[in-house]
Amino acid sequence: MIIHSLTQLGIITRYRFAKLGRASFFLIETLTGLLEVLPRPYLLIKQLYSVGVLSFLIITISGLFVGMVLALQGYYTLSDFGAEEVLGQMVATGLVRELGPVVSALLFAGRAGSALTAEIGLMKATEQLSGMEMMAVDPIRRIISPRFWAGFISMPLLAALFSSIGVLGGDMVGVGLLGVDKGSYWSQMQTNLDIYNDILNGVIKSIVFGFAISWIALFEGYDCEPTSEGVSRATTRTVVTTSLTILGLDFILTALMFGD
Amino acid sequence: MQHNYTQDTLVGLFVASGIAALFFMAMQISNLGSLQAKETYTIIAEFENSGGLKVKAPVVVGGVKIGRVSAINLDQKNFRSVVKMAIDPEYNQLPDDSSASIFTSGLLGEKYVNLAPGGSDTTLKNGSKLEITQSAVVLEELIGQFLFKDKGAPDKK
Repeated sequence: MIIHSLTQLGIITRYRFAKLGRASFFLIETLTGLLEVLPRPYLLIKQLYSVGVLSFLIITISGLFVGMVLALQGYYTLSDFGAEEVLGQMVATGLVRELGPVVSALLFAGRAGSALTAEIGLMKATEQLSGMEMMAVDPIRRIISPRFWAGFISMPLLAALFSSIGVLGGDMVGVGLLGVDKGSYWSQMQTNLDIYNDILNGVIKSIVFGFAISWIALFEGYDCEPTSEGVSRATTRTVVTTSLTILGLDFILTALMFGD
Repeated sequence: MQHNYTQDTLVGLFVASGIAALFFMAMQISNLGSLQAKETYTIIAEFENSGGLKVKAPVVVGGVKIGRVSAINLDQKNFRSVVKMAIDPEYNQLPDDSSASIFTSGLLGEKYVNLAPGGSDTTLKNGSKLEITQSAVVLEELIGQFLFKDKGAPDKK
């Protein structure tokens, strides 16, 4: 009994490390696939459309509502202290540093990451990837790499859109609805947010998240069991793993960036 | 592979709006817009205690912001704090006997430097030093004075 569970533990551990090893080789091939993508920009544009443009609406609408809710909640707490004029600073700091990168990454993982896994998994299940290999076309360079770079490029742009629209939504509710002074909303924000400390660190976060989401989603699809059940399991794993990875990475990055 | 121009256009619009959002964050949300390398001139004030004053804190005359604190150092000889302020050259008519004090905006707000103009005819120039200064009010000292006064400690007035 004990021997059996120990063996199981060993098998699981070996399986995990083998998967990590495969994922690393996969990543290296995907990254070098950029050389294949650059002379064929239409591959990248097609993926930018399905990964970025189609995520545009959900990201902007969520950003608008998150900014509006932040302004509403912040206003009720701040007005207890008579500090309504720092509302702009509060909304912008929260969005640019944390909520912008993290929430848009979670939405992106759900919207685009799961679609990537399902697409690649289905290609594998229907032996399209093996078919390409038979024709001496490397599927990682031709299929995976454009999707990876599209996700990598889209994520920071989407996070920036999320934060900007969120700040405008906060302006709509704070200034338009609750009557905070427009001048103090924007000037408190501008004097207290730093270009490097806040904006750049938020952008770096979203770049890291974009990298992680694309890597995990594509690898799960590429590595899945080539059956319909396997594809569905891989899609579930993608959403769970990417969400946890985003939150874990966010903690590490925050500790590194804002620790001083 | 065929080109789909609608798709190209949409991707172009998406990338352009993303970059516009990045610019919006840099210029409108952060302090980059107001930091744009404007020519400023520097004036110096020595304080007994600049407690809590931070670099980039506003410098104010009559409630109007005219500059920022650019550096805070300790003078190693007399152990006073040396505050350098970068002033917008638009405001070049400040009398050289103006006095500087460190105030707090609100009870818990941030510290800022307030310049009270004097009556001299000569104006402050780049590198001028303000002679009359008033230190920051440290809350603990105030409370300490209050407590000691209550007990009638002999070494305190």
